[in-house]
Amino acid sequence: MRKVVIIGAGHGGVQAATSLREMGFEGTIQLIADEVHLPYQKPPLSKGFLNGKQTAENLLFRNENYYNEHQIEVLVGEKIEAIQLQSQTVTSAIGKTFEYDYLLLATGARNRELSKEIAPNALYLRSMSDAQQLKRALDVVENVVVVGGGFIGLEVAASAAEAGKQVTVLEVQNRLMARVLPPLLSDLFLKKHQEMGVNVQLNATVSAETLAAFDLVVVGIGVAPNQELAQEAGIECQNGILVNEFQQTSVPNVYAIGDCASHYNRFAGKQCRLESVQNAVDQAKIAAAHICEKTQPYDAVPWFWTNQFDLKLQMAGINSDYDSYAFRGDIAANKFSIFYFKSNQLVAVDSLNRPADHLAARKLIQAGITPTKEQVEDVAIKLITS
Amino acid sequence: MPHITYIEPNGTAKTYDLPLGASLMEGAVQNGVNGIVAECGGSCMCATCHIYVDDAFLSQLPEMEEEENEMLDSATAERRPNSRLGCQVRATPKLEGLIVHIPSVQ
Ligand SMILES: Cc1cc2nc3c(=O)[nH]c(=O)nc-3n(C[C@H](O)[C@H](O)[C@H](O)COP(=O)(O)OP(=O)(O)OC[C@H]3O[C@@H](n4cnc5c(N)ncnc54)[C@H](O)[C@@H]3O)c2cc1C
Ligand code: FES
Repeated sequence: MRKVVIIGAGHGGVQAATSLREMGFEGTIQLIADEVHLPYQKPPLSKGFLNGKQTAENLLFRNENYYNEHQIEVLVGEKIEAIQLQSQTVTSAIGKTFEYDYLLLATGARNRELSKEIAPNALYLRSMSDAQQLKRALDVVENVVVVGGGFIGLEVAASAAEAGKQVTVLEVQNRLMARVLPPLLSDLFLKKHQEMGVNVQLNATVSAETLAAFDLVVVGIGVAPNQELAQEAGIECQNGILVNEFQQTSVPNVYAIGDCASHYNRFAGKQCRLESVQNAVDQAKIAAAHICEKTQPYDAVPWFWTNQFDLKLQMAGINSDYDSYAFRGDIAANKFSIFYFKSNQLVAVDSLNRPADHLAARKLIQAGITPTKEQVEDVAIKLITS
Repeated sequence: MPHITYIEPNGTAKTYDLPLGASLMEGAVQNGVNGIVAECGGSCMCATCHIYVDDAFLSQLPEMEEEENEMLDSATAERRPNSRLGCQVRATPKLEGLIVHIPSVQ
């Protein structure tokens, strides 16, 4: 019987296990998680879970029964410490050994941290335990400072402001979410946060003195891939575990998926790691298909979303490189999309409170279809027919 | 703890006892009902948790918010008067015995 071992039970790991069964894999599947919780979804941790609309139970991917029925062995609280490529085994911190024919690395990423001198008591948000701790802390403080004006920092800021806290955001760059959003959207989110009472400081300096003035310090300054396990085993890594279009690492029966994997992405036009549910889920399906000999290359349009106050932003494609753009919808009402073009080819679409545009955009970009600017601007014209 | 019956696209019926407050989408996905994708995890942003609810229960459901209404217009399967997004309907005692049909595409 063939054996699959999956390390990490986040979006990628769970999807891989599920897809293997859906594709008819009949061998054993061991899904190993260092966290103690039954596998859950991360995006709501800074959104619905933090503002109380969703509970921990709401976030579970599957219930226990599902895993039993599908013979997916979920081992929680088990941290893998080493991979032995020769013997095709992995060992855990408490000395357990697991044998594999195929190994999937779905170890995700971990938060970058500020030095202890600057932020000795800061909280970070990545896991359910982090979120529970943050939620408890928020309940008893008045003054919160969020270091980092990226997606997670701003989602935490919005949730805290909605809970009536006094919130300050410190961003070292000159605009919010600068890595991913154009200035127009950075400004729009800035105005919304200010309108809701958040004190946003751009070009900020972060020091022990500035942070000492607050009851609670939350830090969201990006993540680093969990690649050490692979690296120490001699698997090639470079800002992530290097994979080919089938998610294979430099060792063919070892796959890497999700936040920890570095791949060539044609929509980004470069080697990169993507940190998104889409990427983890779609790469998991590719790895599972490869194991089941239903080979297909990874070629999915990247997409991502963020919710802050009443702003729902959905991003399709990668907008890092464009030479023109067009608007669709009502800018004044915060219901519009920006269509980005490069050499007359549609490359990305950001949709603010226009979910239908987002769904259409994903289909258009995947198929390589470019609407004209006139079609984009005229909301009476449907962008896709089906 | 209402019992909800899901009819999968191929006609298979599966009944589960949902915890109060769980959404119909969660009840389906967590139990492994086929045909519900829920790629946004319940944020009302993807329309891949589209369901048809039994007409007899329509009046027992919470009213639809504008964003759900808009999302349903972009669902892949045909929108019908009894279309809802599974992530926007939560299990309440009133829903005991509810039958939900899952469209063949999401
Ligand atoms: C607060 C928050 C909000 C987010 N919001 C969004 C959003 O709105 N939209 C979006 O698309 N993405 C969002 N993301 C990103 C998204 O959650 C990640 O991209 C996704 O979870 C990646 O999946 P993964 O399987 O690669 O890694 P993860 O989901 O991080 O799972 C990896 C798991 O592996 C475990 N692990 C690591 N090393 C070991 C080991 N040695 N042994 C055993 N287990 C191990 C980790 O503890 C973890 O549980 C958000 C992330 C966070 C933290
Ligand atoms: S799960 Fe995405 S809209 Fe319901």
